[in-house]
Amino acid sequence: MLIYTSRRLLWTPVLLIVAGLFIFSLGSVAPGDPAELMAGQRADPEAVERIRERLGLNDPFLVQYTRYIANALKGDFGESYRYRGRDVWELLGPKLRVSLELNLVSYVVTLAIGLPLGFWAAMRQGTWKDPTMTTIMLLIYALPVFFTAPFLILVFALWLDWIPVSGWSGMFSTRAILPAITIGLPGAFVFMRYMRASTLDVLGQEYVRTAHGKGMGHMTVNRRHIARNALLPIITILGFSLAGLFGGSLIVELIYGIPGVSRLALEAVFQRDYPVLTALTLLGAGMLAVANLVADIMYSVIDPRIRLRS
Amino acid sequence: MNRAGSSEAARTVSSVLTEMEAPDSFFRHAWNELRKRKLASFAVCVLLVLYTLGIFAPLVATHDYSETNLAKTEAAPDSENWLGTDRLGRDIFSRVVWGIQTTIILTVITILTASVFLGLALGMAAGYLRGAVDIITMRTGEVVAVVPDFLLVLIIAATVRPRIKEFGYWIEDNTPISGVISSGAVDYIVLGLAFLPLSWFGAMRLIRGQTLAIRDAPYVDAARSMGVGTPTILIRHILPNVITPLIVSVSFGMGAVALGEVIASFFGIGVQPPRPSLGVMIGDVTARTGSAAVETLRSHPEQLLSPIVVVWLMIFCWNILGDALNDILNPRAR
Repeated sequence: MLIYTSRRLLWTPVLLIVAGLFIFSLGSVAPGDPAELMAGQRADPEAVERIRERLGLNDPFLVQYTRYIANALKGDFGESYRYRGRDVWELLGPKLRVSLELNLVSYVVTLAIGLPLGFWAAMRQGTWKDPTMTTIMLLIYALPVFFTAPFLILVFALWLDWIPVSGWSGMFSTRAILPAITIGLPGAFVFMRYMRASTLDVLGQEYVRTAHGKGMGHMTVNRRHIARNALLPIITILGFSLAGLFGGSLIVELIYGIPGVSRLALEAVFQRDYPVLTALTLLGAGMLAVANLVADIMYSVIDPRIRLRS
Repeated sequence: MNRAGSSEAARTVSSVLTEMEAPDSFFRHAWNELRKRKLASFAVCVLLVLYTLGIFAPLVATHDYSETNLAKTEAAPDSENWLGTDRLGRDIFSRVVWGIQTTIILTVITILTASVFLGLALGMAAGYLRGAVDIITMRTGEVVAVVPDFLLVLIIAATVRPRIKEFGYWIEDNTPISGVISSGAVDYIVLGLAFLPLSWFGAMRLIRGQTLAIRDAPYVDAARSMGVGTPTILIRHILPNVITPLIVSVSFGMGAVALGEVIASFFGIGVQPPRPSLGVMIGDVTARTGSAAVETLRSHPEQLLSPIVVVWLMIFCWNILGDALNDILNPRAR
């Protein structure tokens, strides 16, 4: 257990340093001299050189990268090119918090719908209900958020006038409901499919037959023997499934007017504000790596076979 | 009498022969199984229609995709403009058809290079050779997989695109080749590069697993002991066995890359106007804000729904097809 956990713990920083190098080098292939960008168009060469010296742009690439990582660990991601004199973290921090909250509620929606549906469908394998539900959920999964977002606003906010929309006032307010459903519902299909497959695996096990044979009640077998074991393998994909989450939430933030990272990130692309983009991508990678690590360790705690095998 | 009898016998023999020859080839079997499934057959038909429309866009489109008609803006569908016109009086049907073509070009480029070429080559190499090759490819994949998909697309669009564009201008200036920029080649290369890391690793891991499973099979051992070289073993003995999971993964990948292109173009970092793309169309009519999107959905739903329905059908059908192929080609997976 200790060996497995410590190996995973040691590997994650290495992974992040290499991933960071990849991201950092992408950030520096961009054309244009950062110093000139910051100094403005009519700056004299001397001022540009001063900025360049201050930013350490004359140093070798790896030295720059090492310094960047060392500063990043202290929460310093450099200075924005576009908003002069403003710290990247100062710009990004509050918005990132909103985006994370949004993704978190959406994830709860995804799991709360996907897992029970997958279980439900597996228990009805062979009847018309299983394929019908799978197809319905696939139809919802395939529906682009460009449609669901305005459609839900139209129906629930304008026609029925049930829920207020636009803006953000924390993940527990009613404003979070529609965006969370917009992002979370499509993803439910993915978890439904995993949960269905994993439940079917468990259904074929002998201990399930034994439990039934002992005369245990259906509810008890379902809950204790089937659902609990079927949930185990799901834990491993919890981490990885976060990778795709940002794509949907960027669009949804724009359409619902949520003050997340979306607008800042797009601005950064068009205004060539590379420090913002590099920091955002690096932070995203960090979160994903930590999520994967937590999922791996959780799984090895729950299922001893994993850590014994390696 | 005699002649008639012998010809009948010949006919029986030949019919028996054809029946014996028929014990389904691999693809015929898959095709027959596929046709038995109603939903999958439906998906194949829809995809055929969409892809035919896209590939023959120059013939199918009723108007020029960039031709504006300011006398007829935001018109409802009629006999001249089958899906109506947009804010600038451009024909929506023609733009959708050209948009499909854009999506097709991009998905085919990406899937061919990433899943099929890189995934296959690296997966077989890692699974068969093991050792350092295996470790390096798997670790590289892990590094790429830890970067959130869309953030990678954003950063590549921001930093690599200007470089490639510069290169495009350089080619136009220094060689007789012209029209590099206006052909949209830059967009395809940038998006292709951005989606590359997302799509090669999945396919590679799949093929590596499959290769690992059969590399020590008795027939592969036998071939090796007879002195067959590694390239021949890989191509003759390993490749046919890893091709089926690849087909399934390509089918799922087509939908995913199509959606990626639409999202990137929606944000304005994918395919650039005037080249039409479904994502650009959606971005135009919604102006990337909620109020405009709701307003369009209310007053001119056809402007928003035309590109969206196409995207929806593409993703849905590729997934249905992928599922069906998975059932048919990998009975062991069930």
